[in-house]
Order: sequence, then structure tokens, then C-alpha cells
Amino acid sequence: MAENNTVRSCWAMLRLVVCGVVIGLVVSGAATAKVPAIGTVAPDFTLRSSLGKNLKLSEYRGQVVMINFWATWCAPCRQEMPELNRLYEQYQRVGFVLLGVNVDDNPKAAQELSAQLGVRFPVLFDSAKQVSGRYDIDAMPSTLLIDRSGTVRYLHRGYRRGVEKEYEEKIRELLRQ
Amino acid sequence: MRKSIMLAVLGCVLVSGCARLLPDVKPYEREQLADPIMSFSRDPISDQYLDHVYDVREGARGATVSQGGGCGCN
Amino acid sequence: MVVTEPAVGRLIRRRYIRPIHQAGVLFILFAGVPAARAVTLPEDRADLMYHYYDGGGVTVSGPAMLVRKSVGDSVSVSGRYYVDSISSASVDVVTTASPYRDKREELSVGVDLLHGNSLASVLMISSKERDYQADTLGLNVTHDLFGGLTTLDFGFSNGKDTVGKVNETFQMDINRYNFRLGLTQVLSRSLLVGISFEDIAEDGYLNNPYRYARFGNSIMSSVPYPETYPGARDSQAVALRAVQGFSTASRPLGMSARMDYRYYRDTWDVRANTLGFTLQRYFGDRWIGEARYRYYQQSAASFYSDYFTEVMTYMARDKELSTFHSNSLGVRFSWMLPKQQLPFFNKASLNFAHDYVYFDYQDFTDIRTGQPYSFGANILQLYISGWY
Repeated sequence: MAENNTVRSCWAMLRLVVCGVVIGLVVSGAATAKVPAIGTVAPDFTLRSSLGKNLKLSEYRGQVVMINFWATWCAPCRQEMPELNRLYEQYQRVGFVLLGVNVDDNPKAAQELSAQLGVRFPVLFDSAKQVSGRYDIDAMPSTLLIDRSGTVRYLHRGYRRGVEKEYEEKIRELLRQ
Repeated sequence: MRKSIMLAVLGCVLVSGCARLLPDVKPYEREQLADPIMSFSRDPISDQYLDHVYDVREGARGATVSQGGGCGCN
Repeated sequence: MVVTEPAVGRLIRRRYIRPIHQAGVLFILFAGVPAARAVTLPEDRADLMYHYYDGGGVTVSGPAMLVRKSVGDSVSVSGRYYVDSISSASVDVVTTASPYRDKREELSVGVDLLHGNSLASVLMISSKERDYQADTLGLNVTHDLFGGLTTLDFGFSNGKDTVGKVNETFQMDINRYNFRLGLTQVLSRSLLVGISFEDIAEDGYLNNPYRYARFGNSIMSSVPYPETYPGARDSQAVALRAVQGFSTASRPLGMSARMDYRYYRDTWDVRANTLGFTLQRYFGDRWIGEARYRYYQQSAASFYSDYFTEVMTYMARDKELSTFHSNSLGVRFSWMLPKQQLPFFNKASLNFAHDYVYFDYQDFTDIRTGQPYSFGANILQLYISGWY
């Protein structure tokens, strides 16, 4: 009987600790949300691209640049591609550039998938993850908008349907400046 | 009551502290983890079937990768 | 310790309903946290399988089908249809009755809802055979934390079974509650660990109405005697699992090794350990080969006996409640179909699996031979999967 009491109080303690752990996880989860790099100058980088040559970010100074960090193994990234394609085709003639920075270990997989999805904008290969690291990317996909002076003005984490309208608004705003 | 609050706080502190110690794998480094052979259940139809075969013939049940239901295994 | 029927309800309430309320509050909090990093809906896929089991005088085969489709951005629906066609001449059946055929059909429907970092799922399962009907309703919530490095799982199910007897007006009920808790943690780019817990509490008619215990001075001189079971059973299972990825010459992730361990105990005094090892490897771009080993060991229920020399309150002779262990070895081959040949799907695979399991009973005698019973069984699966 004494043994049963010990077992029961052990279970009681375990249940309390589990509830505490769950609360702890929630609190920690909310607390680790990162601060975006809005207002800072976008770090310059040079990467090999799908156009066959290296592309450097600072070459696009004077244009509005959207950088989209994506990967073939990321489902929301793939879902987003047609929308990004549409934005690129609509605004590229008026000073807008879209750079798709891919983080796959194997750039060939990225090339195959972008061909399959009919991607028109340049795809850059960051298989060494140096650029993603420098931009402190904490979500996949991540979409940044950089203005004509090279400053980060907008950052969106993840993808949900309808967010491309927000992108479009911001692009038009930056194009007017 | 006080003991419950203490234990709950202990749980929170433990987890918050441990979270800082755990290695940080960035979202753009998750390629390998997304591979099917890194999944605990690559093909649910197969895992559910095999779990069911063992469930029917053994006394133990529960805590498997698939969520099942009653099946007439008496 | 044997738990009585009304006590099960109180047990559930005390042990789990209150913490469930607490956890429920937490999940409402979760729902309010803005979606910085989202969980995703399960993949759209369809699977069609033929399964076949043969061992111990029992043959069970049939089709299984699973279909899942997302509707919009945040809803996914799934359906599963499963059939067991049973042909049984097992040791229990041939020593107390005559071989029989039966068919069990199971249909389940599920809906998954994505909201921010949480995925809520509802699952309804209905299983029917001539003398058994089981209906289950399950609820699950999965929540991502720390940018998806930690995943919390929480689930609750209620099942209602109706136990009958062929050609007899016999009908008894079982009421079952399942409570599940799980945590998955990413430890490195190629290491994932998980821990899960499940409590199952059931009350009602828990034995098999066709089976008999044996009564006598020795097993070979014993005679059939009706079984009596407790009206309730409460069990806890804790499982630990880990999967580690490895690179091979051709791929950064070419191979994985997985370990699963589960400890089980219940109020009938059954204690069990399960240990499994699985190795998976890519061969070229199109093939995945898998080898697996599983060990299972359990100790008998307190009221189990091969034969009884005196009448007890509870008496059982179900070999599933005896002392036994099993070893199984299996392989699975998956072939990715070439993309160009697929009309509707963007990915498909053809799969074949074969497992061989050997059961060794310590305190269950095969009265046809007078020896402790043992048997081997072959488990075959052939299935095709398509993603769209």
C-alpha cells in the first residue's frame, strides 16, 4: 500500500513537471522571435547564378531588389514560385529585380526544379549557406525588399496565400521613391 | 499548492535554460531532416499496417508512430 | 492492482481531464502567437496496398487504401479503407472449436486544420466484422516551437466497442480512452529524437467470448473452463526514438539509422519491452533499401495461467497475455518511378516489404504436442504510393 502511495506521488510530480515544461516551451518559443534587419544596409554578396555568370548584389543599386531565400525541400517555397514569377514578369521592365537565393546542398536539384516550375528570374546558389548566415535567415522561405539605396525595407517570413498582394504594394511603393 | 507552483516554475526554468544549450540548426540547414529516410514514418500506410499486425498478437499497445483505433483484437 | 469499472472514470478525470484543461488553456495561448514559423499540412498523397500475413495457422490478407488531399491552404482531408480477410485455424481455434473465415472492414476519415504554428486533427475510425464493432473518435494537436526545432504532440481518443458472438444473441460493450503526449527534438542537421507517452484506459467486456482457460492437475489432463477477466484495464507506454542520418559517397544524406524503444506496463501486470533497429539506404537515385530488426518481450498478466489447479476470481489463457518473446527481421524495397511516365502524379513509388517474425511462448502449451508453443509468420506488403 505504501508502495502505491509512492507510485501515485511520483506520477503527480511527473504530471506537474510536464505541465511546467509545456508552459516553459511556450514562453521560450515566443521569446526567441527574432528582430528583423529593417533599416540596415543589405550585406553585399556575390554568388554563382542560373544565368551562367556570378551576380553581385551591389550591381543592382538604383533598382528595387527582392531577395527570396528558398529550397527545393521546402513546400511553401515551391508554392510561392508562380507568384514570384508573376511579380518579376510584371515589374522587371520598370526597375525591379528578383533574386532567388537557393540554399540546397546540391545546386543541380535547384536548377532542375526551377526549370520545372518555369522560373524566369535569376536563381543564385548559396549551397555554402554563407549569404543565408550573413542575412541571419530564420525562416524558410524568407523574402526581403531592398530599396534603390541598398537598404532593407521589408522582411516577410514564410509564405501564406495572399501575401503576394502585400509584396506588390511594397514593390510599387519602393518603385515610386 | 506551493509545491505545484514551484515544480511548474522549475519546469519552465529547466526548459528555457536547456533551450539555450541545444544546438541551433538554422531553417536553411534543414535539408537532410526533410528527407523521407529521416522521417519516423516514411509511409504511414505501411507503418500503420505493421503496427496493427503486432498489436493484435501482443499484450502491449500504444506509443507507436501511428494513431489507431479499436479493431476487434480480443 | 486491478482497477474496478467506476474507478476508471474517476482515474481519467483526476489524472488527465484536469491537466487537459490546463493544456487546453496553453493551446489557446499558442493559437494567439503570430505565425512567424509555420507547421505545414501533411503532404497530398495516395497509397494502395495489398497485405498478406501467414503464420500459426492463420492467414490474413486484403487491400488497404489511403488518400489525402489538401483543400485550400489550411485544411487537409484524408480517408483510409482497410480490409482483413481472415482464415483462421490457429492453435486456440483448432483446440476448442473449428477453423473459420471472417472479414473485417475498417474505414477512417480525418480532417487536419492548420493555424499558425499548430495543426489540429480530428480522426473518426469505424471497424466492423461479424462479431465485433469498434468506433473511435480522436483529436490531436501538433505544435512547433523554437522555429520548428521542437514539436509537441498532444492527443485524446475515445473508442466504443461492441463485442458479439456469431450465431448468438450476445452483446457486450467496451469503453476506451487514449491519452497521448509526444515531443520531437532536432538535435543536429542529421539527428532527430522523439519521446512519446500513451495511456489507455478501458472498461467493459475485455475478453474473447470464444476462448477458454484450462482447469486440471496438469496441462495435458486439463479441461476447458470459462475465462473471467477484470472489467477494466489501464496501461501506460513510454517510447523513445532517434534517427541519425549519414552521408555516403554519392549523397550528403545517403543512409539513416533509426532506433525505437518502448516500455509498457498495465494494471493487469503485463510488462513489455520493444526494441527496434532500422537501416535505410539510397541506392542510386531511384532505390531505397531498408533492413529492420525488432525484439519484443513481455511478462504474463497476473491472472494468466497455462492451466489452473483451482478456481480464481480472474482466469485467462490468452497467449497474448502470456510470457513470451518474439524476434522479427524484415526488408523493404522502394523504387521511385521515373517522372516522365506519370500522368497525374509528380512523384510515385513502388514498394515491397517482407518481415519474418518468430514467436516463442514460455508458459503457453500447445496441447496438441504438450510442448511450449512457438511459431513463425511471414508478413508481406506490396504497395504503390503517389504524390500530387
